[in-house]
Amino acid sequence: MSAATTHPFQTQPSAARRSESVIFWLFRGATYFVLLCGAVVFLNIFVKGSRTVFQTKAPFVNTAFFTESPESLYVFQWQGQKMELGDKEFRTFKEKNPAAANVKAESYVYCAGGIFPCIVGTVLLVVGSMAIALTLGVSAAVYLNEYARDGTFIRFVRLAILNLAGVPSIVFGLFGFGMFVIFFGWNVSLLAGWFTLAFMVLPVVITASEESLKAVPKGFREGSLALGATKWQTIYKNVVPYALPGILTSSILGIARVAGETAPIMFTAAYVVRDKLPWQVDHFSDFFFQGVMALPYHIYVVSSKIPQNEYTERVQYGTAFVFLFIVALIATASIVLRSKLRNRYKW
Amino acid sequence: MVAASLMDTLAPAPTLRPPSAPAAASSAPGSGPAPAAETLIEIDHVDFFYGAVQALHDISLSIQDKKVTAFIGPSGCGKSTLLRCFNRMNDLIDGTRIAKGSIKIRGIDIHRPDVDVIELRKRVGMVFQKSNPFPKSIYENITYGLKLQGVSNKARLDEVVEKSLRGAALWEEVKDRLHTSGLGLSGGQQQRLCIARAIAVEPEIILMDEPCSALDPVATAKVEELIQTLRTRFTIVIVTHNMQQAARCSDKTAFFYMGKLIEYADTRNIFMNPANPQTEAYVSGRFG
Repeated sequence: MSAATTHPFQTQPSAARRSESVIFWLFRGATYFVLLCGAVVFLNIFVKGSRTVFQTKAPFVNTAFFTESPESLYVFQWQGQKMELGDKEFRTFKEKNPAAANVKAESYVYCAGGIFPCIVGTVLLVVGSMAIALTLGVSAAVYLNEYARDGTFIRFVRLAILNLAGVPSIVFGLFGFGMFVIFFGWNVSLLAGWFTLAFMVLPVVITASEESLKAVPKGFREGSLALGATKWQTIYKNVVPYALPGILTSSILGIARVAGETAPIMFTAAYVVRDKLPWQVDHFSDFFFQGVMALPYHIYVVSSKIPQNEYTERVQYGTAFVFLFIVALIATASIVLRSKLRNRYKW
Repeated sequence: MVAASLMDTLAPAPTLRPPSAPAAASSAPGSGPAPAAETLIEIDHVDFFYGAVQALHDISLSIQDKKVTAFIGPSGCGKSTLLRCFNRMNDLIDGTRIAKGSIKIRGIDIHRPDVDVIELRKRVGMVFQKSNPFPKSIYENITYGLKLQGVSNKARLDEVVEKSLRGAALWEEVKDRLHTSGLGLSGGQQQRLCIARAIAVEPEIILMDEPCSALDPVATAKVEELIQTLRTRFTIVIVTHNMQQAARCSDKTAFFYMGKLIEYADTRNIFMNPANPQTEAYVSGRFG
């Protein structure tokens, strides 16, 4: 008893202290759980995907996976050996070995070849839709922040933007299908996909651009106007350039969404399979009116539209791996660009 | 009496014109018979509103050409509001209006609908309370206004940059780093850069809205010195919280209180011999 009260600040067990440590451990546990979930997802894709993407022989990367189109895989027994050949390889094999002409082969669709058209399609979709979203979004943000006077109409516009941000992506897909594919008659095309995806990220781009414009000090605007600049001269020489780093930050988020969404493009731009590459068109205007393959849609097709087997898993995880890598690459490029701009315009 | 003792304690820096020193009387403003000064800005019974709040009550005063006029008064007295009327910067704030009266520059009512506010602001430059060099190079800061006017001749721009920086007493300090960011300069240099930027477009009038409020005493002295050299070429209207500054660098001083013009006279008289008891109370430091 005397030992317990040697000094007035002696630690004493209390209910408050016990509940404190319980709560602390709960919060800590929640954080670790989130971390764990993320790690499991990424490691799973990384480990399973790297089996497809990398190989043990030089050049250690499965280049065919990146440069070829998807093909059917043929599996058959030949002279006691199990053969796995892609469509083209199988044909040349049969020409060389006439005896194999009638061999009984099991075919697995999309399980051979690569995903080159999907990579190209995704990059095209991202670039085009971000160009549209940034043009429309930054213009709208400039109008809302620099020109418009607060009023009922502007409040209504802001409410609309807020609501647009909450619309599920499948609804954007259906909207795009009704508006661009059917009403405008663009069919399933890059153009329809661009606009559908652009509308989907527009709220994010507008909101973030407006925040970046707000962050530009008022003094820059006043200083410019006081020198006899018009409002527009002030905006494009002395406001928007300084807001660009912030606008780019928001577009990084937009890029990840645009690249990853499946629902908006499944009715508007994506083809399950297409033999021709996007630049193989007769006339340049056809470029805009062709459908493309896309990475997320390819994952969706391979994992849900065809019978699952040991060979489809390779394509699924390989595609997911490449997809994550491309998104990371685009995001890194934007971050580099942003920090360059930031160093140029620092205040 | 109190005012006189204030003036004594404000021993001005030797480089500045001592407003009360008899030795300098011939060059001091407001002393001796000044040459008949021409009225440049005529403010005639102006009432100004921010929405429903009246900020200026029936202000009338005339500002003279090639003189330094100081506006003093406690915060919120309307002195900055009036200053910002001269280049119509208040247009940028929603709900502001001049309900009554007029402001004329060289006899032209600047709020007339056919007045081009862009042209007005080219003629009436402004230096702000918080120095606001653009996050561009020193060179680009100076040439900003000229480029807006379509000047693109490199030799001409170079010439103006040097002339303006010399005019703002900044040339020697920055001539070797014209292409580095204007934000790399010290606070006082930044403010002088803003002055150089304003004079580069050759305005007639320069409005200064508390240009030294964020500067240390040394930088303040430099800006005040600069005002003395600019006064021969430009008409300067300066808003200041710092009464000593008004005493040191202005010819005429206007004292505002609660949106009203209390007294407007030669600076000497405002500080040495104010006619209004409120002015005396303010300049002697009893309130404000």
